[in-house]
Amino acid sequence: MVTTPQMSVNIAGVTLANPIVTASGTFGFGREYGALFPLSELGAVTVKGLTLQERMGNAPPRVAETPSGMLNSVGLQNPGVEKFIRQELPWLKTQGTVIIANIAGSTIEDYCAMAERLSDTEVDLLELNISCPNVKQGGVAFGTTCENAAGITAAVKPYCKKPLIVKLSPNVTDIAEIAVAVVDAGADALSLINTLLGMRIDINTRRPILANNVGGLSGPAVRPIAVRMVWQVRNRVTVPIIGMGGVATWEDAVEMLLAGANAVAVGTALYADPYAPVKIKQGLRDYLERNGIADVNALSGAVQANS
Amino acid sequence: MSITVTRCPVLKKVSPREGLIDLTLHCPDIARQAAPGQFLMIRCEGFTLRRPLSICDAQGDLLRVVFEVRGAGTAWLAGVEEGDPLDILGPQGKGFDLGDVFRPVVFVGGGIGVFPLLHACRPFGANATVLLGFRTASMIALTDDFRATGVDLRLATDDGSEGHGGLVTDLLAARLDEGPCAAVFACGPHPMLKATAAEAMRRGIPCQVSLEQRMACGMGACLGCAYKILRADGSETYAHVCVDGPVFDAKDVIW
Repeated sequence: MVTTPQMSVNIAGVTLANPIVTASGTFGFGREYGALFPLSELGAVTVKGLTLQERMGNAPPRVAETPSGMLNSVGLQNPGVEKFIRQELPWLKTQGTVIIANIAGSTIEDYCAMAERLSDTEVDLLELNISCPNVKQGGVAFGTTCENAAGITAAVKPYCKKPLIVKLSPNVTDIAEIAVAVVDAGADALSLINTLLGMRIDINTRRPILANNVGGLSGPAVRPIAVRMVWQVRNRVTVPIIGMGGVATWEDAVEMLLAGANAVAVGTALYADPYAPVKIKQGLRDYLERNGIADVNALSGAVQANS
Repeated sequence: MSITVTRCPVLKKVSPREGLIDLTLHCPDIARQAAPGQFLMIRCEGFTLRRPLSICDAQGDLLRVVFEVRGAGTAWLAGVEEGDPLDILGPQGKGFDLGDVFRPVVFVGGGIGVFPLLHACRPFGANATVLLGFRTASMIALTDDFRATGVDLRLATDDGSEGHGGLVTDLLAARLDEGPCAAVFACGPHPMLKATAAEAMRRGIPCQVSLEQRMACGMGACLGCAYKILRADGSETYAHVCVDGPVFDAKDVIW
């Protein structure tokens, strides 16, 4: 007899009701999609990347569709951490889900100040964004060498009274090396992958479609890369992993869990189907039930790799 | 008002001219609350992003969208048949603030930007002058629908093959010289909007423009469809066409 599967997961001491979360930058601060379904359906909401001061973001066009995906170069447009705390967080806190605050900066001091400030609020976890490809200073520059990634993690960690997730860039030679370095430097969990740097060119005008020339590629096109990277990182670290990159169906989520993720973020899939995270969660639960799997955690890292 | 995601059947599909598709959808949830100038996010099977299409008309339970086949997504959409369901998110965005419909007003449309003006001009009837510009006579569409609303319809073509030979903004200047106009509403290509806004503002006439931008989520979450505008305090910011627009007050737009 199979009872209802156990869906909750633990990310660095924080319990998520289920492993399906949203990916930063695709979900605003939750209000837009919260008008379509209760956010309590989600294990967690990861908010739009925050910076210390308000940021206008990049010039448009900022988005372009690609085969099985899209490019974006939004450039961290956000109202700044204080406005988030005053205007968004009180509402979000009443929605019955875990809150992950994604933070980005152009200096190590920015990251430390935000980690300290947000530690005194009701956010549940901090996600260190050292992988945004769309800002000129900071962002991905902190995330592409072991030395820089470990350095910023070690610098920010003492300011964190909440568990610290470090979000990794796929635009590197060996993501597992960087994962090991940030875990050694104090990361409580990892999230991966951020977007892959890409480009599209209008063949008539001979100009890039994005005003920023290049942007981050997301969507199903990147999923096999994300699965591979989660698997490589899982083989080297034991901390929880939030896997993301092109997850659009429950089958994709199962794949990400098998590769080694403990939770799965949904992002770009929202744009075709705003209910995608809810459907993925339901599909995952049905899959567990059908297969007599009592606990979703049993899937994490359960891939039987060939020797 | 609330946004809904709904599957609604295509009742009627016609092609008013080569490359142009005119769909009538049975969509009570959206049709009954759609305001002129709002738009829909329509899912195209196999594509990452929905296609934003302006609402051409909403009457009773029926929605009408008219679009030009521009790429693979709209080509897919052009392939739907009568009876097929479409997955639609809407109504999205901030439409035209029409105000008092007993005032004399002017609508300016260019190319495929003329379609949302049909829904917007109808309440004004004979109080509206509708100025539509097209590249050439063969590109003209929906003029019978506009005439049926009782508006004063005037046409311009770039090559003079029908109506005034020249820009639709020539017609605007002439109309504004003729008599009073309380407001100008415009939708069309960027240069036309810019010239329309300049002409209206030069005469101190309030002007609303419907802007376009490459869009992803269509509901204010991804911040993709940015457009630079002036805030009330005079500072610049990026607003988003999907929720702050698509219709903006022309005086706030940084051209």
